Amino acid sequence: MSKLFSPTETGAFVARNPGIHPPSYTPGYKTSVARSPKHAKLSLGMTLSEMTGPVFGHDILGDLDNDMILNFAAPGESPIGQRIIVHGRLLDERGRPVPGALIEVWQANAGGRYRHKKESYLAPLDPNFGGCGRVITDDDGYYCFRTIKPGPYPWPNGPNEWRPAHIHFSVFGHGFAQRLITQMYFEGDPLIPLCPIVRTIPDEEAIKRLIAPLDMNHTIPMDARAYKFDIVLRGRRSTLFENRLEGN
Amino acid sequence: MVQPLDTLKETSSQTAGPYVHIGLTPNFAGISGIYDEDLGTRIIEDGVRGERITVAGKVIDGTGTPLKDAVIEIWQADADGLYNSPSETRGEADPKCRGWGRFPVDGADGSFSFETVKPGRVAHPSGRDQAPHLTFWIVARGINIGLQTRMYFADEEEANSEDPILTKIEHQSRVPTLIACKEADGYRFDIRIQGHNETIFFDI
Ligand SMILES: [Fe+3]
Repeated sequence: MSKLFSPTETGAFVARNPGIHPPSYTPGYKTSVARSPKHAKLSLGMTLSEMTGPVFGHDILGDLDNDMILNFAAPGESPIGQRIIVHGRLLDERGRPVPGALIEVWQANAGGRYRHKKESYLAPLDPNFGGCGRVITDDDGYYCFRTIKPGPYPWPNGPNEWRPAHIHFSVFGHGFAQRLITQMYFEGDPLIPLCPIVRTIPDEEAIKRLIAPLDMNHTIPMDARAYKFDIVLRGRRSTLFENRLEGN
Repeated sequence: MVQPLDTLKETSSQTAGPYVHIGLTPNFAGISGIYDEDLGTRIIEDGVRGERITVAGKVIDGTGTPLKDAVIEIWQADADGLYNSPSETRGEADPKCRGWGRFPVDGADGSFSFETVKPGRVAHPSGRDQAPHLTFWIVARGINIGLQTRMYFADEEEANSEDPILTKIEHQSRVPTLIACKEADGYRFDIRIQGHNETIFFDI
């Protein structure tokens, strides 16, 4: 973990807006029922333990880490499915880019099947598709990876429940308080409004911000279409006229 | 109408789902050949300063069943109380203490276990020192937004008794849920997501 950006920013983050995040208890998503705290979370005020966080150097990355079309494929082969590019910027709530941040992604293959021992969907595995990738944002907070558009898949939440096509994102910022896991959906997918996991989010506008639009301007003709997905992490508080407490 | 505030909205959290291991610990998930090794398997490296400790436990749901699909991440200071982070301005942390680890719980019995060093005390904005603690972040299927908690140490009674956070908790009867007990082979810290002795989670 090296110092990748300067000047170094420190200080407390703006409080999370609970209205845009799913509450813990969302009975429409059945697994949450026994996995949600009953007590209110405690507000502890922010300390250095939350303002700091791990940062990863490019030395962890392999050449194909952001290319899920090639990173698991046999030489000369590639996975079945629609070739796409997913790209966007990692910003904070102040609109500033978050550079040098690790983004990890995982997804099902074009048929909607994950490469996981607990996965039981009858759609076939693709021998050329692993389903994970990672990238570190550049100085402008920009990231880009290449993959196959994942398929929707059924899941046992109800008798006939299907997840919309999605890519899982795990995002680090510069402080552990920014740590976030989310999912990206695709513009035009009719399964989005039906999905109990999507609907754990109580705010329609917040749901829309998880839906990546088709981005024809970044499409590679005769090769791959592009989808744009910007991600926003918590921003640090402004310190205007603030008395800095010792140790802060 | 008033002028808009020039702020963006944070991206909403979504559950990590049942296949989180593919993305965060692919080698553990049996997907080899993409990354040389999973990130975060070690919090410390050989030659690290401080007292070596082992922490073990389980993450338990509201029915008393251990989660077998959870992933926990740890964030902690080094033995001197410094974080290995560019946002750490008080000094340079021990380079052998990465301070961050990522551990999938065991798929059969839900247990986790890791080795680290006992962290030093970290200053609190009030000017008082915090008691030594590890930050835990827990994600799994059914958890809609990562759960943050802290692990303190039972054998740091004096530091715990003056900790600015522990002492501020209204329901003192719940404080023991944050304190790892010392056993013969290390510290034990079970996290109860819901129900009897529900662990305190923080809204940070
Ligand atoms: Fe999924």
